[in-house]
Amino acid sequence: MTAREQMVLDDITRVSGVKSAILVAADDGLVVAESALEGQATEAAAAFAARLAQRLAALTRTLHTPPMSVMLLQATGGQLFVAAGGEGLLLVAVTGNDVNIGEVRLALLDAAGRLN
Amino acid sequence: MTDDIAAMTLELAQDPNSLVFLRLAEALRRKGQLDAALTVAGRGAGRYPELADAHDLLARIQADKGDGDGAFDAWTTVLRLAPDHLGAHKGLAFIAYRTGDLGRSVRHLTRALELAPADTSLASAIERIRSMMVSRTEPAAGAPEPAPAEPRAAVDATPTLLFDQQGRVLRGKLERSDGVDASDAVAAALAGVSREAERATRMLELGEWRAIAIESGAVNYELRTPTSETLLLVMRGREVPAGRLARIADKAVDQARQWLEELA
Repeated sequence: MTAREQMVLDDITRVSGVKSAILVAADDGLVVAESALEGQATEAAAAFAARLAQRLAALTRTLHTPPMSVMLLQATGGQLFVAAGGEGLLLVAVTGNDVNIGEVRLALLDAAGRLN
Repeated sequence: MTDDIAAMTLELAQDPNSLVFLRLAEALRRKGQLDAALTVAGRGAGRYPELADAHDLLARIQADKGDGDGAFDAWTTVLRLAPDHLGAHKGLAFIAYRTGDLGRSVRHLTRALELAPADTSLASAIERIRSMMVSRTEPAAGAPEPAPAEPRAAVDATPTLLFDQQGRVLRGKLERSDGVDASDAVAAALAGVSREAERATRMLELGEWRAIAIESGAVNYELRTPTSETLLLVMRGREVPAGRLARIADKAVDQARQWLEELA
Protein backbone atom coordinates (compact mmCIF):
# COMPACT_ATOMS: atom_id res chain seq x y z
CA MET A 1 0.00 0.00 0.00
CA THR A 2 1.40 3.40 -0.95
CA ALA A 3 1.16 6.50 1.22
CA ARG A 4 -1.02 8.12 -1.44
CA GLU A 5 -3.49 5.22 -1.44
CA GLN A 6 -3.65 5.31 2.35
CA MET A 7 -4.31 9.05 2.35
CA VAL A 8 -7.07 8.71 -0.26
CA LEU A 9 -8.77 5.92 1.70
CA ASP A 10 -8.42 7.78 5.00
CA ASP A 11 -10.24 10.72 3.40
CA ILE A 12 -13.20 8.45 2.60
CA THR A 13 -13.41 7.08 6.14
CA ARG A 14 -13.50 10.64 7.46
CA VAL A 15 -17.00 10.98 6.00
CA SER A 16 -19.46 10.47 8.83
CA GLY A 17 -20.92 6.95 8.94
CA VAL A 18 -18.26 5.28 6.76
CA LYS A 19 -16.95 2.16 8.50
CA SER A 20 -14.39 1.08 5.94
CA ALA A 21 -12.87 2.15 2.66
CA ILE A 22 -11.07 -0.47 0.60
CA LEU A 23 -9.14 -0.52 -2.64
CA VAL A 24 -9.87 -3.84 -4.32
CA ALA A 25 -8.49 -5.75 -7.29
CA ALA A 26 -11.52 -6.03 -9.57
CA ASP A 27 -10.51 -9.41 -11.05
CA ASP A 28 -9.95 -11.44 -7.89
CA GLY A 29 -11.55 -9.37 -5.11
CA LEU A 30 -8.35 -9.15 -3.08
CA VAL A 31 -7.66 -6.17 -0.83
CA VAL A 32 -5.03 -3.83 -2.23
CA ALA A 33 -5.27 -1.21 0.52
CA GLU A 34 -7.68 -0.41 3.28
CA SER A 35 -8.70 2.08 5.93
CA ALA A 36 -11.22 0.71 8.38
CA LEU A 37 -12.61 0.91 11.87
CA GLU A 38 -11.57 -1.99 14.09
CA GLY A 39 -13.48 -5.21 13.54
CA GLN A 40 -14.58 -4.52 9.98
CA ALA A 41 -14.55 -7.53 7.65
CA THR A 42 -12.66 -5.80 4.87
CA GLU A 43 -11.61 -8.98 3.06
CA ALA A 44 -15.20 -10.18 2.85
CA ALA A 45 -16.40 -6.76 1.71
CA ALA A 46 -13.71 -6.70 -0.98
CA ALA A 47 -14.57 -10.18 -2.24
CA PHE A 48 -18.32 -9.60 -2.37
CA ALA A 49 -18.01 -6.16 -3.90
CA ALA A 50 -15.86 -7.54 -6.71
CA ARG A 51 -18.28 -10.41 -7.38
CA LEU A 52 -21.26 -8.10 -7.48
CA ALA A 53 -19.43 -5.70 -9.78
CA GLN A 54 -18.60 -8.60 -12.11
CA ARG A 55 -22.24 -9.72 -12.13
CA LEU A 56 -23.52 -6.23 -12.83
CA ALA A 57 -20.95 -5.72 -15.57
CA ALA A 58 -23.00 -8.27 -17.53
CA LEU A 59 -25.93 -5.86 -17.37
CA THR A 60 -24.08 -2.91 -18.87
CA ARG A 61 -22.44 -5.15 -21.49
CA THR A 62 -25.80 -6.62 -22.48
CA LEU A 63 -27.44 -3.22 -22.86
CA HIS A 64 -24.38 -1.70 -24.55
CA THR A 65 -24.09 1.05 -21.94
CA PRO A 66 -20.72 2.20 -20.51
CA PRO A 67 -19.18 0.22 -17.63
CA MET A 68 -20.54 0.87 -14.15
CA SER A 69 -19.07 3.94 -12.49
CA VAL A 70 -20.84 3.67 -9.12
CA MET A 71 -22.97 0.98 -7.50
CA LEU A 72 -24.85 1.18 -4.24
CA LEU A 73 -26.25 -1.91 -2.49
CA GLN A 74 -28.78 -0.82 0.12
CA ALA A 75 -29.79 -3.16 2.93
CA THR A 76 -31.82 -2.90 6.11
CA GLY A 77 -28.70 -2.61 8.27
CA GLY A 78 -26.21 -0.73 6.10
CA GLN A 79 -24.90 -0.03 2.64
CA LEU A 80 -22.13 -1.14 0.32
CA PHE A 81 -20.77 1.42 -2.14
CA VAL A 82 -18.58 0.39 -5.07
CA ALA A 83 -16.92 2.77 -7.52
CA ALA A 84 -14.63 2.08 -10.45
CA GLY A 85 -11.22 3.02 -9.06
CA GLY A 86 -9.05 3.12 -12.14
CA GLU A 87 -7.16 0.40 -14.02
CA GLY A 88 -8.50 -2.94 -12.73
CA LEU A 89 -9.39 -1.52 -9.33
CA LEU A 90 -12.55 -0.87 -7.34
CA LEU A 91 -13.09 1.52 -4.47
CA VAL A 92 -15.41 0.06 -1.86
CA ALA A 93 -17.02 1.67 1.18
CA VAL A 94 -19.17 0.03 3.84
CA THR A 95 -21.45 2.37 5.75
CA GLY A 96 -24.41 2.41 8.08
CA ASN A 97 -27.77 3.69 6.91
CA ASP A 98 -27.39 7.05 8.64
CA VAL A 99 -24.99 8.46 6.05
CA ASN A 100 -25.32 11.20 3.49
CA ILE A 101 -25.36 9.03 0.36
CA GLY A 102 -24.46 11.95 -1.89
CA GLU A 103 -21.44 12.79 0.25
CA VAL A 104 -20.10 9.22 0.26
CA ARG A 105 -20.66 8.96 -3.50
CA LEU A 106 -18.72 12.17 -4.13
CA ALA A 107 -15.92 11.09 -1.77
CA LEU A 108 -15.55 7.84 -3.73
CA LEU A 109 -15.58 9.56 -7.12
CA ASP A 110 -13.07 12.12 -5.86
CA ALA A 111 -10.87 9.32 -4.54
CA ALA A 112 -11.12 7.47 -7.84
CA GLY A 113 -10.01 10.61 -9.65
CA ARG A 114 -7.02 11.05 -7.35
CA LEU A 115 -5.93 7.43 -7.81
CA ASN A 116 -6.07 7.58 -11.60
CA MET B 1 -51.09 -26.26 26.37
CA THR B 2 -47.45 -26.94 27.26
CA ASP B 3 -48.27 -30.64 27.50
CA ASP B 4 -49.97 -30.45 24.11
CA ILE B 5 -46.93 -28.79 22.61
CA ALA B 6 -44.64 -31.42 24.10
CA ALA B 7 -46.85 -34.21 22.77
CA MET B 8 -47.06 -32.67 19.31
CA THR B 9 -43.29 -32.06 19.27
CA LEU B 10 -42.74 -35.73 20.10
CA GLU B 11 -45.21 -36.81 17.42
CA LEU B 12 -43.45 -34.66 14.83
CA ALA B 13 -40.03 -35.98 15.88
CA GLN B 14 -41.29 -39.54 15.42
CA ASP B 15 -42.89 -38.77 12.08
CA PRO B 16 -41.40 -35.70 10.38
CA ASN B 17 -43.96 -36.06 7.56
CA SER B 18 -46.87 -35.67 9.96
CA LEU B 19 -49.28 -32.80 9.38
CA VAL B 20 -49.22 -32.19 13.13
CA PHE B 21 -46.75 -29.39 12.35
CA LEU B 22 -49.78 -27.20 11.49
CA ARG B 23 -51.28 -27.55 14.99
CA LEU B 24 -47.87 -27.37 16.68
CA ALA B 25 -46.82 -24.14 14.91
CA GLU B 26 -50.23 -22.62 15.59
CA ALA B 27 -49.95 -23.50 19.30
CA LEU B 28 -46.45 -21.99 19.47
CA ARG B 29 -47.71 -18.86 17.70
CA ARG B 30 -50.54 -18.47 20.20
CA LYS B 31 -48.06 -18.87 23.05
CA GLY B 32 -45.96 -16.07 21.54
CA GLN B 33 -43.03 -18.37 20.70
CA LEU B 34 -42.78 -16.92 17.23
CA ASP B 35 -39.26 -18.00 16.32
CA ALA B 36 -40.04 -21.61 17.21
CA ALA B 37 -43.38 -21.37 15.39
CA LEU B 38 -41.65 -19.99 12.30
CA THR B 39 -39.10 -22.82 12.30
CA VAL B 40 -41.80 -25.51 12.59
CA ALA B 41 -44.06 -23.90 9.97
CA GLY B 42 -41.16 -23.21 7.62
CA ARG B 43 -40.02 -26.84 7.72
CA GLY B 44 -43.60 -28.00 7.23
CA ALA B 45 -44.12 -25.69 4.27
CA GLY B 46 -40.85 -27.00 2.85
CA ARG B 47 -42.16 -30.57 3.08
CA TYR B 48 -45.58 -29.64 1.74
CA PRO B 49 -44.93 -26.77 -0.70
CA GLU B 50 -48.38 -27.19 -2.30
CA LEU B 51 -50.27 -27.01 1.00
CA ALA B 52 -51.90 -23.57 1.09
CA ASP B 53 -52.66 -23.76 4.83
CA ALA B 54 -48.96 -24.23 5.59
CA HIS B 55 -48.11 -20.99 3.76
CA ASP B 56 -51.05 -19.25 5.42
CA LEU B 57 -49.71 -20.25 8.82
CA LEU B 58 -46.24 -19.08 7.82
CA ALA B 59 -47.72 -15.74 6.74
CA ARG B 60 -49.60 -15.25 10.02
CA ILE B 61 -46.46 -15.96 12.04
CA GLN B 62 -44.44 -13.55 9.89
CA ALA B 63 -47.17 -10.91 10.28
CA ASP B 64 -47.03 -11.40 14.06
CA LYS B 65 -43.26 -10.91 13.90
CA GLY B 66 -43.75 -7.65 12.00
CA ASP B 67 -42.22 -9.05 8.80
CA GLY B 68 -44.70 -7.56 6.33
CA ASP B 69 -42.67 -8.50 3.25
CA GLY B 70 -42.39 -12.12 4.37
CA ALA B 71 -46.10 -12.29 5.13
CA PHE B 72 -46.93 -10.71 1.76
CA ASP B 73 -44.83 -13.31 -0.08
CA ALA B 74 -46.38 -16.19 1.85
CA TRP B 75 -49.97 -15.02 1.34
CA THR B 76 -49.28 -14.40 -2.35
CA THR B 77 -48.10 -18.02 -2.53
CA VAL B 78 -51.33 -19.11 -0.82
CA LEU B 79 -53.42 -17.34 -3.47
CA ARG B 80 -51.39 -18.97 -6.20
CA LEU B 81 -52.22 -22.38 -4.68
CA ALA B 82 -55.79 -21.57 -3.58
CA PRO B 83 -57.21 -18.40 -5.20
CA ASP B 84 -60.25 -18.44 -2.89
CA HIS B 85 -58.37 -18.74 0.39
CA LEU B 86 -60.26 -16.52 2.80
CA GLY B 87 -57.37 -16.11 5.25
CA ALA B 88 -54.97 -14.96 2.53
CA HIS B 89 -57.41 -12.32 1.25
CA LYS B 90 -57.90 -11.05 4.80
CA GLY B 91 -54.17 -11.06 5.44
CA LEU B 92 -53.30 -9.23 2.22
CA ALA B 93 -56.07 -6.71 2.98
CA PHE B 94 -54.46 -6.09 6.36
CA ILE B 95 -50.98 -5.62 4.85
CA ALA B 96 -52.33 -3.28 2.15
CA TYR B 97 -54.12 -1.27 4.85
CA ARG B 98 -50.93 -1.05 6.91
CA THR B 99 -48.95 0.22 3.91
CA GLY B 100 -51.63 2.80 3.08
CA ASP B 101 -52.83 1.10 -0.11
CA LEU B 102 -56.50 1.42 0.79
CA GLY B 103 -57.81 0.58 -2.69
CA ARG B 104 -56.06 -2.78 -2.69
CA SER B 105 -57.16 -3.41 0.87
CA VAL B 106 -60.80 -2.89 -0.15
CA ARG B 107 -60.37 -5.23 -3.15
CA HIS B 108 -59.15 -8.07 -0.92
CA LEU B 109 -61.83 -7.42 1.70
CA THR B 110 -64.52 -7.42 -0.98
CA ARG B 111 -63.32 -10.80 -2.24
CA ALA B 112 -63.19 -12.06 1.36
CA LEU B 113 -66.79 -10.89 1.86
CA GLU B 114 -67.87 -12.75 -1.28
CA LEU B 115 -66.30 -15.88 0.22
CA ALA B 116 -67.76 -15.32 3.70
CA PRO B 117 -70.95 -13.27 3.22
CA ALA B 118 -72.11 -13.86 6.81
CA ASP B 119 -69.01 -12.17 8.25
CA THR B 120 -70.37 -8.71 9.15
CA SER B 121 -66.94 -7.52 10.35
CA LEU B 122 -65.74 -7.63 6.74
CA ALA B 123 -68.58 -5.42 5.53
CA SER B 124 -67.93 -2.86 8.26
CA ALA B 125 -64.18 -2.90 7.55
CA ILE B 126 -64.89 -2.17 3.87
CA GLU B 127 -67.21 0.67 4.81
CA ARG B 128 -64.68 2.14 7.26
CA ILE B 129 -61.83 2.05 4.72
CA ARG B 130 -64.02 3.51 1.97
CA SER B 131 -64.88 6.45 4.21
CA MET B 132 -61.15 6.91 4.91
CA MET B 133 -60.54 6.99 1.15
CA VAL B 134 -63.15 9.71 0.75
CA SER B 135 -61.70 11.79 3.58
CA ARG B 136 -58.24 11.42 2.05
CA THR B 137 -59.46 13.23 -1.05
CA GLU B 138 -60.89 16.05 1.07
CA PRO B 139 -57.99 17.45 3.09
CA ALA B 140 -58.93 19.39 6.20
CA ALA B 141 -58.46 23.16 6.08
CA GLY B 142 -54.98 24.07 7.24
CA ALA B 143 -53.70 20.51 6.89
CA PRO B 144 -50.24 20.26 5.34
CA GLU B 145 -50.10 19.34 1.68
CA PRO B 146 -49.01 15.72 1.23
CA ALA B 147 -45.76 15.11 -0.62
CA PRO B 148 -46.50 14.83 -4.34
CA ALA B 149 -46.64 11.23 -5.49
CA GLU B 150 -44.59 10.20 -8.46
CA PRO B 151 -46.93 10.70 -11.44
CA ARG B 152 -48.09 7.40 -12.91
CA ALA B 153 -47.02 8.63 -16.33
CA ALA B 154 -43.42 8.88 -15.13
CA VAL B 155 -43.55 5.28 -13.97
CA ASP B 156 -45.25 4.08 -17.14
CA ALA B 157 -42.62 5.85 -19.27
CA THR B 158 -39.79 4.06 -17.48
CA PRO B 159 -38.35 0.99 -19.19
CA THR B 160 -38.96 -1.77 -16.65
CA LEU B 161 -38.28 -5.49 -16.63
CA LEU B 162 -39.76 -7.98 -14.16
CA PHE B 163 -38.16 -11.41 -14.10
CA ASP B 164 -37.80 -14.40 -11.83
CA GLN B 165 -34.78 -15.80 -10.03
CA GLN B 166 -34.35 -18.34 -12.82
CA GLY B 167 -33.83 -15.58 -15.37
CA ARG B 168 -37.25 -15.85 -17.04
CA VAL B 169 -38.96 -12.63 -18.13
CA LEU B 170 -42.35 -12.10 -16.50
CA ARG B 171 -43.31 -8.65 -17.70
CA GLY B 172 -41.88 -5.57 -19.41
CA LYS B 173 -39.19 -5.00 -21.97
CA LEU B 174 -35.71 -3.46 -22.13
CA GLU B 175 -34.12 -2.39 -25.38
CA ARG B 176 -30.57 -1.51 -26.28
CA SER B 177 -30.00 1.96 -27.69
CA ASP B 178 -30.12 0.45 -31.21
CA GLY B 179 -33.65 -0.81 -30.54
CA VAL B 180 -32.76 -4.49 -30.15
CA ASP B 181 -34.84 -6.25 -27.48
CA ALA B 182 -32.43 -7.29 -24.72
CA SER B 183 -35.02 -8.43 -22.16
CA ASP B 184 -34.15 -12.14 -22.14
CA ALA B 185 -30.42 -11.45 -22.08
CA VAL B 186 -30.75 -9.00 -19.17
CA ALA B 187 -32.95 -11.38 -17.18
CA ALA B 188 -30.46 -14.18 -17.72
CA ALA B 189 -27.50 -11.97 -16.83
CA LEU B 190 -29.05 -10.77 -13.57
CA ALA B 191 -30.72 -13.98 -12.42
CA GLY B 192 -28.05 -14.75 -9.82
CA VAL B 193 -27.55 -11.21 -8.55
CA SER B 194 -30.12 -11.52 -5.80
CA ARG B 195 -28.33 -14.49 -4.28
CA GLU B 196 -24.99 -12.66 -4.52
CA ALA B 197 -26.49 -9.62 -2.82
CA GLU B 198 -28.07 -11.80 -0.12
CA ARG B 199 -24.78 -13.53 0.57
CA ALA B 200 -22.92 -10.22 0.68
CA THR B 201 -25.29 -8.54 3.08
CA ARG B 202 -25.43 -11.63 5.30
CA MET B 203 -21.65 -11.97 5.52
CA LEU B 204 -21.18 -8.25 6.10
CA GLU B 205 -24.02 -8.22 8.66
CA LEU B 206 -25.90 -5.55 6.72
CA GLY B 207 -29.32 -7.18 7.06
CA GLU B 208 -31.66 -7.83 4.16
CA TRP B 209 -30.87 -6.22 0.81
CA ARG B 210 -33.45 -3.80 -0.55
CA ALA B 211 -32.08 -2.13 -3.67
CA ILE B 212 -29.09 -1.89 -5.95
CA ALA B 213 -28.53 1.42 -7.74
CA ILE B 214 -26.09 1.44 -10.67
CA GLU B 215 -24.66 4.40 -12.55
CA SER B 216 -23.46 3.59 -16.04
CA GLY B 217 -22.53 6.59 -18.16
CA ALA B 218 -25.67 8.31 -19.35
CA VAL B 219 -27.93 5.66 -17.80
CA ASN B 220 -29.00 4.89 -14.23
CA TYR B 221 -30.44 1.53 -13.19
CA GLU B 222 -32.21 0.44 -10.06
CA LEU B 223 -32.73 -3.21 -9.16
CA ARG B 224 -35.38 -4.26 -6.63
CA THR B 225 -37.01 -7.42 -5.26
CA PRO B 226 -40.81 -7.02 -5.38
CA THR B 227 -41.08 -10.54 -3.89
CA SER B 228 -38.57 -13.11 -2.74
CA GLU B 229 -38.93 -14.88 -6.10
CA THR B 230 -38.72 -11.93 -8.46
CA LEU B 231 -36.47 -9.05 -9.49
CA LEU B 232 -37.41 -5.75 -11.06
CA LEU B 233 -35.03 -3.57 -13.06
CA VAL B 234 -35.87 0.03 -13.91
CA MET B 235 -33.76 2.14 -16.21
CA ARG B 236 -33.68 5.88 -16.90
CA GLY B 237 -31.28 8.43 -18.37
CA ARG B 238 -29.01 10.42 -16.07
CA GLU B 239 -31.34 13.41 -16.43
CA VAL B 240 -33.55 11.64 -13.89
CA PRO B 241 -31.72 12.09 -10.57
CA ALA B 242 -31.00 9.01 -8.45
CA GLY B 243 -33.43 10.04 -5.72
CA ARG B 244 -36.27 10.40 -8.22
CA LEU B 245 -35.40 7.11 -9.88
CA ALA B 246 -35.69 5.47 -6.45
CA ARG B 247 -39.22 6.89 -6.10
CA ILE B 248 -40.13 5.69 -9.59
CA ALA B 249 -38.77 2.27 -8.61
CA ASP B 250 -40.95 2.31 -5.45
CA LYS B 251 -44.03 2.80 -7.63
CA ALA B 252 -42.92 0.19 -10.14
CA VAL B 253 -42.46 -2.29 -7.28
CA ASP B 254 -46.02 -1.58 -6.09
CA GLN B 255 -47.37 -2.14 -9.60
CA ALA B 256 -45.36 -5.34 -9.99
CA ARG B 257 -46.62 -6.71 -6.67
CA GLN B 258 -50.20 -5.88 -7.64
CA TRP B 259 -49.75 -7.58 -10.99
CA LEU B 260 -48.22 -10.67 -9.38
CA GLU B 261 -51.01 -10.77 -6.85
CA GLU B 262 -53.69 -10.59 -9.55
CA LEU B 263 -51.88 -13.31 -11.45
CA ALA B 264 -51.80 -15.60 -8.40
